[in-house]
Amino acid sequence: MNNKPFDNKAWFFVLPVFILVAISAVIPLMTVVNYSVQDSFGNNQFFWAGTEWFTEVLNSDRFRDSLVRNLTFSAIILCIEIPLGIAVALAMPRKGIWVSVCLVLMALPLLIPWNVVGTIWLIFGRADIGLLGFTLAKMGIVFNYGQSWLQAWIIIILMDVWHWTSLVVLLCYSGLVAIPEAYYQAARIDGASRWKVFRYIQLPKMQRVLLIAILLRFMDSFMIYTEPFVLTGGGPGNTTTFLSIDLVKTAIGQFDLGPAAAMSLIYFLIVLLLSWVFYTVMTNYGMDAPEKREVES
Amino acid sequence: MLELVDVSKKVGAQAHLSGISLTLEPGSLNVLLGPTLAGKTSLMRVMAGLDKPTQGDVRSDGKSVLGVSVRNRSVAMVYQQFINYPALTVFENIASPMRVAGVDRATIERRVREAADLLKLSEFLDRTPLNLSGGQQQRTALARALVKDAKLVLLDEPLANLDYKLREELRDELPKLFAKTGAVLVYATTEPQEALLLGGHTATLSEGRLTQFGPTIDVYNRPTDLQTAQTFADPPLNTATVHKRGAELVLGEHSVGCTTPSLPDGEYLMGVRPHHLNLHQHSDTATAVTATVSSSEITGSETFIHINADSEKWVLLTHGVHRMDKGQSLSVYIDPARVYLFDTQGQLVQAPSNSAKAA
Amino acid sequence: MAQITLDQLAHSYLPNPQNDADYALKRIDYVWEDGGAYALLGPSGCGKTTLLNIISGLLTPSGGHVKFDEHNVTHLSPEQRNIAQVFQFPVIYDTMTVAENLAFPLLNRGIERSEVDKRVGEMLETLDLTAKARRRAHGLSADEKQKISLGRGLVRYDVNAILFDEPLTVIDPHMKWQLRTKLKELHEQFSHTMIYVTHDQTEALTFADKVVVMYEGEVVQIGTPEELFDEPAHTFVGYFIGSPGMNILPGGVDGSTVNVAGKQINVGKRYPKTGTNIEIGIRPEFVKLTESAASGEVGMPMTVHSVEDIGRYKIVRGDVGGHELGAVINESDSVPANPVAVFDPARINVYEDSHLVRGQI
Repeated sequence: MNNKPFDNKAWFFVLPVFILVAISAVIPLMTVVNYSVQDSFGNNQFFWAGTEWFTEVLNSDRFRDSLVRNLTFSAIILCIEIPLGIAVALAMPRKGIWVSVCLVLMALPLLIPWNVVGTIWLIFGRADIGLLGFTLAKMGIVFNYGQSWLQAWIIIILMDVWHWTSLVVLLCYSGLVAIPEAYYQAARIDGASRWKVFRYIQLPKMQRVLLIAILLRFMDSFMIYTEPFVLTGGGPGNTTTFLSIDLVKTAIGQFDLGPAAAMSLIYFLIVLLLSWVFYTVMTNYGMDAPEKREVES
Repeated sequence: MLELVDVSKKVGAQAHLSGISLTLEPGSLNVLLGPTLAGKTSLMRVMAGLDKPTQGDVRSDGKSVLGVSVRNRSVAMVYQQFINYPALTVFENIASPMRVAGVDRATIERRVREAADLLKLSEFLDRTPLNLSGGQQQRTALARALVKDAKLVLLDEPLANLDYKLREELRDELPKLFAKTGAVLVYATTEPQEALLLGGHTATLSEGRLTQFGPTIDVYNRPTDLQTAQTFADPPLNTATVHKRGAELVLGEHSVGCTTPSLPDGEYLMGVRPHHLNLHQHSDTATAVTATVSSSEITGSETFIHINADSEKWVLLTHGVHRMDKGQSLSVYIDPARVYLFDTQGQLVQAPSNSAKAA
Repeated sequence: MAQITLDQLAHSYLPNPQNDADYALKRIDYVWEDGGAYALLGPSGCGKTTLLNIISGLLTPSGGHVKFDEHNVTHLSPEQRNIAQVFQFPVIYDTMTVAENLAFPLLNRGIERSEVDKRVGEMLETLDLTAKARRRAHGLSADEKQKISLGRGLVRYDVNAILFDEPLTVIDPHMKWQLRTKLKELHEQFSHTMIYVTHDQTEALTFADKVVVMYEGEVVQIGTPEELFDEPAHTFVGYFIGSPGMNILPGGVDGSTVNVAGKQINVGKRYPKTGTNIEIGIRPEFVKLTESAASGEVGMPMTVHSVEDIGRYKIVRGDVGGHELGAVINESDSVPANPVAVFDPARINVYEDSHLVRGQI
């Protein structure tokens, strides 16, 4: 930044964004920090509570259970969506008219709002009018995610996979089309199998976009809220109560602002920490150093 | 006039440019010569104002332009890749800098036609760049730089992606085109031959340092140091460590006369250009060095003979076709008048005298 | 290692080619000898890459056959043809080390580990890469990467041919020299059939025993570097080979007398009766500039437009009798004040409708 020629006018254009970010992010965050270290008995009276709420949250079984649920959920999502996304991207055509058709089809789920996705699946799963629920009922399978935690999980995962795999597909596809034809030709001449082409050419060349895909999908799945909220409301029991749902319950349901604030801060830090770990691990894997300058820049 | 005063540029701990001072006259053609990563592009970016140097000053007509953004400077740039607006016709591509500047329609029409005429693009004005050959695409980019009438025109290896013969033609036309505009023309290349064909002035760059700047042929004939001599040599300069004793340069079992006996005795590095090595005793003072052939390459009219002489790998370039077998031994003649000598610091202490007769 | 036969080969990228212009590669018949070094030379779009891709099997020709020795391989894939190819931009497997890159094609073919290690070791030695064997290939310089892509072909010992598609494009001039010499050495050492595609005459001429000059989908001449230089079969070859290219001037020929720029030059060869569209070709290297022609020489007064000193020699451009003429003179020679150009009679070529006409001695 500092070695670009200085242009004062540029600050004018950036200023609105700064103000917007300040209002939308920094100020609320500070409010949360403020709440998290105080106690309130209503009437806008606050008392200093120090790290009390943090200790309480971290020691509560409820928080730990939700955290485990979140981690499990994100792990399952990544394990399904990343390989599936890569597989679909590999299967997509690289040339011809089908390219745009595929791309549009892939982009469709991404255009649907979260709560609508929930509603679609809610109807889809109903035994009386929903296609899935009806079919399952005909096959004699009792399908009721309100009763079975396993079915609730399956449907939430299905929903997320349906909604977000195409993001992974599109990212991987962009990485794949950027590989020069000569690489495939050389691999054919070297007698490489399909698997080796994938392992030694496609995967390394997709590394960068995969990193972005994994980060995005991790952060997003870790913050899942709308789908279980619409579909299960966190149930049956607490089996689909993820951190975000728990947080809302604490803050709005019970109006425990202090613990809720502390919880959201911890939540935020966990996302940040895990994202950083992912980033570091993935950028260091398979590379000696950050991309060396190959052409003069 | 463009002046660079002690310009340095660091990215992290890496120095891309160090202490470059250079004055470029209006209407002049200046070649930046150096291998990949020597700093040619970094230097051009600083000249253009795309990058700010970490140290030093850039002055246009005596005034510092460091604080002036690229958009407010009078600069045109052409790159190795053919960069045009793919959706615009050739006409609109060429017209684009004038449209931005708010030039009136009639003038745009006239100047685009002129430039297209000069660059042989007249019949393609209605096409889009992707329907043109590489040479035509680069001509479009050049025409756009031409109509911009910029004070500083930067060409970064503009012909590198073109065919050999096409390169010859454009290389011939380019300096003439821009000379008329009175712009400072800067041309980056990795090829010594291209610098020589372009003429003008040459600045040799090596690892971010400017090693020499002067009229191209002078830099070629009298490089001030070994680094410059090696940068400005294609085929590579033949070198060997020699010991000077009186009027002799001792090279293994052989000796070559020294035309500068006044130099103190001691160790020097001798440099001889490939076409100054000879298969026959071409002058009275020439002495023979025995060598063995490692391979020979024939270009049709000339032969490159790769030899091992005194444990150094040398190349000899000679007229005519000479087929040589690998391992064959031969005598190579060196005319003392054609020898470069560098001291142990790599500074030139003796250059070939121009009066000497060529082979 | 194999002899490669091109039998009535032609290719069009269009599904139903109607006329000659639709063909990217017009009919070609030729035999590439086993162990030869060939170069395909021509400007972009001349069909040289099309021909290379047909030989490597990346492209199936619309007509004719490709034979390796006696086997028709026209419809075989690149891996079945057992060839190696080096591309314009170095292709290396980023995540592997240098040694692993070289071992890759061998392991893919199920060769035993001990044999693989032996061959890779030898190849590293040959390519001067032993010190970098365990380095990741990713961080190497362009010329080293290009050596690795070549090495992946050479370790296979039995490849039928090694094909090069402008392999020195991204290499710096100094490295070009080393890599080119290395290629020559390797050719002598392994004697594979090598086919080298380029638009750069120096690369083609120095590399190949036989150069195939192509223009607009057609082979215009196949010959040794000397043949291409001394007797270009077509004015295009004269222009394309040599730097600067051959001077081509309108003229005429009558028996053993060549008429050019209003002068008669006896060339010592008898030419058959020729048509009207005659041109005279003379290389700038064989145009001498003097103050006055010696006895027996024919001098043509030349108006000099420019003299370019390019170090090793000087290029003089000007005109004689209204026709452009270039001459090459030695670095230490200077242009006389009122020069006359003298053509070396033995080096004059005669062209009819752009094609070389041979005279009888």
